Amino acid sequence: MHGVQRMDVTKKYDAIVIGAGHNGLTNAAYLAKAGLEVLVLEKNSYIGGATVSRELHKDWKYSNCSYVCSLLRPEITRDLELPRHGLQVVPYGGSVTFCQNGDYFGDYPDHERQYREIARHSLRDANAYERYSADVMKQTRLIRPFLMRTPPDPTSLRPRDIKEMLVLGKAFAEMGEEGLADTLRFWTMSIGEYLDEYFETDVLKAHLAGSGIIGTALGVYSPGTAYVLLHHYMGDVDGTVGAWGFARGGMGAVADVLAASFQSFGGEIKNDAEVGKILVKNGKARGVALANGDEYYADTVVSNLDPKRTFLKIMDEKDLPEDIVRKARNFKIRGSSGKLNIALDGLPTFTGIPKNSPLLHTDMHILDSMERMEKAYDDWKAETWSKDPYVDMLIPTQIDPTMAPPGKHMMTVFVQYAPPRIDGAEWTDADRDRFGKNVIDQIAKYSPDFKDLILHCEVRTPREIEDEVGLTEGNIFMGELTFDQLLFNRPFPGYAQYRGPVKGMYMCGSGTHPGGGVMAAPGANAAREILLDLKLRNTVPAGYADD
Amino acid sequence: MRPHDETMLLQTPFHARIAKACELNQWDEWKGYTTPHAYTEVEQEYFAIRNSSGVFDLTPMMKYRITGPDAEAFLNRLLTRDIRKVKVGRVAYAVWCDDGGQVMDDGTVFHLGRNDYRLCAYSRMMDWMQWSAMGFDVTIVDETAAVAALAIQGPTSCAILKAMGFEGIESLKPFGIRTFAFDGVILMVSRTGFTGDLGYELWIEPDKAESLWDKLFAAGKNFGIKPIGGAALELARIEAGFLQAGTDFVPAEETVRMGRSRSPFELGLGWLVSFDKPIFNGRRALLEEKKNGSRYRFVYLDVEGNKPAEHSFILKGNKVVGTVTSAAWCPTAKSNIAFAQVEARYGKPGEKLIAEVYYQRELQWSRVLAKCTVIESTVFNPPRRRQTPAADY
Repeated sequence: MHGVQRMDVTKKYDAIVIGAGHNGLTNAAYLAKAGLEVLVLEKNSYIGGATVSRELHKDWKYSNCSYVCSLLRPEITRDLELPRHGLQVVPYGGSVTFCQNGDYFGDYPDHERQYREIARHSLRDANAYERYSADVMKQTRLIRPFLMRTPPDPTSLRPRDIKEMLVLGKAFAEMGEEGLADTLRFWTMSIGEYLDEYFETDVLKAHLAGSGIIGTALGVYSPGTAYVLLHHYMGDVDGTVGAWGFARGGMGAVADVLAASFQSFGGEIKNDAEVGKILVKNGKARGVALANGDEYYADTVVSNLDPKRTFLKIMDEKDLPEDIVRKARNFKIRGSSGKLNIALDGLPTFTGIPKNSPLLHTDMHILDSMERMEKAYDDWKAETWSKDPYVDMLIPTQIDPTMAPPGKHMMTVFVQYAPPRIDGAEWTDADRDRFGKNVIDQIAKYSPDFKDLILHCEVRTPREIEDEVGLTEGNIFMGELTFDQLLFNRPFPGYAQYRGPVKGMYMCGSGTHPGGGVMAAPGANAAREILLDLKLRNTVPAGYADD
Repeated sequence: MRPHDETMLLQTPFHARIAKACELNQWDEWKGYTTPHAYTEVEQEYFAIRNSSGVFDLTPMMKYRITGPDAEAFLNRLLTRDIRKVKVGRVAYAVWCDDGGQVMDDGTVFHLGRNDYRLCAYSRMMDWMQWSAMGFDVTIVDETAAVAALAIQGPTSCAILKAMGFEGIESLKPFGIRTFAFDGVILMVSRTGFTGDLGYELWIEPDKAESLWDKLFAAGKNFGIKPIGGAALELARIEAGFLQAGTDFVPAEETVRMGRSRSPFELGLGWLVSFDKPIFNGRRALLEEKKNGSRYRFVYLDVEGNKPAEHSFILKGNKVVGTVTSAAWCPTAKSNIAFAQVEARYGKPGEKLIAEVYYQRELQWSRVLAKCTVIESTVFNPPRRRQTPAADY
């Protein structure tokens, strides 16, 4: 037995990927596809990171962290043959916001129904929605072609950077002068002010503004939140831009098929293998040391961890240039959200909504005014959870038959806001329980039978997300999605091309371009750069031309 | 003689239920019947087939009952495959040809009992069957209107039939037939379908159609059951790689122009031709073709990019070598699939061809020359399709 272990620890791999999240697995799959011998090390006893399904209550599967799928790049899905390995993404349409007065605002997937619903409040807004949709679509068309590209370094004169800058410049130029001005405003302004320019109906604005604050430690009137909305609109399901779907079997299915694809290329995954240190010698990465002391060697080491954890926790400051330590310390990755996963004995009813309404299959929101949304953020600033929280909840078991027994249901409840610390102190179990109870009380205001149906509930605050998944402060995007941390500034200026400050060390997580969400583009883009450095055949597909 | 029928479009026995569920009010016409194109949203209906269960009314499918002492011998003469190998209680996919070896239609043969068959077809076949039946002691009855039929297709379809009380249904093998008592009559269930997924077809007398619909949907309530229209089915059948008569080939009898009909070999259906049978319609011509070579080849193409190659020319270099007959972006397989007919010397598995794809955005047409790879079969082929006993989801 001892001999086997020794063989394990002395073997040299071509590449080691730290973290079996969806980006780590994607990166590893493309490296393995190019013929490299790749080892993925995962600290947990299960893979997936924040792309995970777990059975915490018998016969129920929870998508514990990420819970819906849109951003996952179709080029990668097809290229890595994820459907053959068992991935099915089932789209759902629409969303709804419950109102305090017993009414609700239904955002129906059917265009004409949506028009009539907005027109209940304002004919003008119903019409303005067309202009709003077209304007947001212009922005998604601008950004989408860059998801599968490495951001150029604007300070570099290398031919590749100049070429990529020209591609970027051309895309901006195609927006026209006015479009360019709109774009700069859109990327920097608040979602509240942006929506104020189109709509007069408060509940409509509150309904749409949710996408601008999810996972972000900013309020609806904080600059930069308009882009966060775009980040939620720029994905697609089968070409329908902005559509979202459920991964059948929960989001863990995405990690499972990526792992299967990786293993089909000969890749190896080790669970319960927490990396303690990236080993650096003479300015070059040479492997990793696990927390338990085991060492694994490779000349290429890729971190799927967030930038803070990568540079401040598992690298030695002495191995790093000063600027990267400073930039990592200043990196914005503030915790702002929590999550409840609930097993239900039956389908809850919601005040005012017909039992068979298609809206029950969709994202259901609570908070019907911009004032309530902003106040929810005030609580975060005061270092406490929102007393009147915004939630984005879904009951995927109405569509996915695989996650709960027939007739029973699973509810995923994303909660905004939850601060990384409570009144300056660490979260305690009692805090967590009070946070959870507050959310359940909030939902029960709109669903009278909800509480009676609860069989089991998992409550996750930023503390649980950081401890279990490893995301610093429990930030779901691995770093805030504000303009100062996007494109060639992600994670830091000068380090946006997936290469770390040490030769042979790379980053492939959502802390790199194009950022958070279950997209797999950072992992794939990083693989392209690594293969370029190793002078190997590129295995990463180009993005689809977007028309 | 039958009386005049002043009806523009007939309604199937499920129509009252369908009309109530068809919120979009979008209808197709199928062999004189009005049938739903889509109920609520094509995408949702398609995903019911792939994720839970979709229910499709296939009553307008042409159904012929063939009985009599020579029924088996007659069908063996009519069809190219050896029907003697299809045992009682089994279903077989089949094609039949004219004397020139050109495909008249494809369909399914149900072996209901000794010398008792049902042939389901796209085209009306009474005339051709009567000619072919000369000298055989058989009775052929068009029972299209006398049998109501629903397909239930999707991963939860077996669980739903179990919930209806059809004990042991999970052990029914693909292409198997079983009967159950239902509401005082016999309901026939076959594990067949046009979606490439786990699925069943339910056959019943028209009087009990509404009762079947109601009980099926009640049983499926917790299993994601949804009625589906023709548009969703069309997408599923392309993803599964199934040919559609009238779309992927023209029934030989309907062709006017020279060379527009196809042989089984030219449709990739050579496996349905049994030359070890001494006689069947088209045998001599097909033997000849086998010796001299075919004119065309049917291919599946994996098309680069995400624009469906609908109606595209297929090029080799600059030369047009074929045309696409069906194409779709397949939402479960996540691939861009096209069926094409190409000149026989092209289209070997693995060969690279080009599809000339046109698409329109905001009134402007664009053209892409999309690289295609010839693939052996379409990529959607989940284990649950064949798995016996069938799983619950």
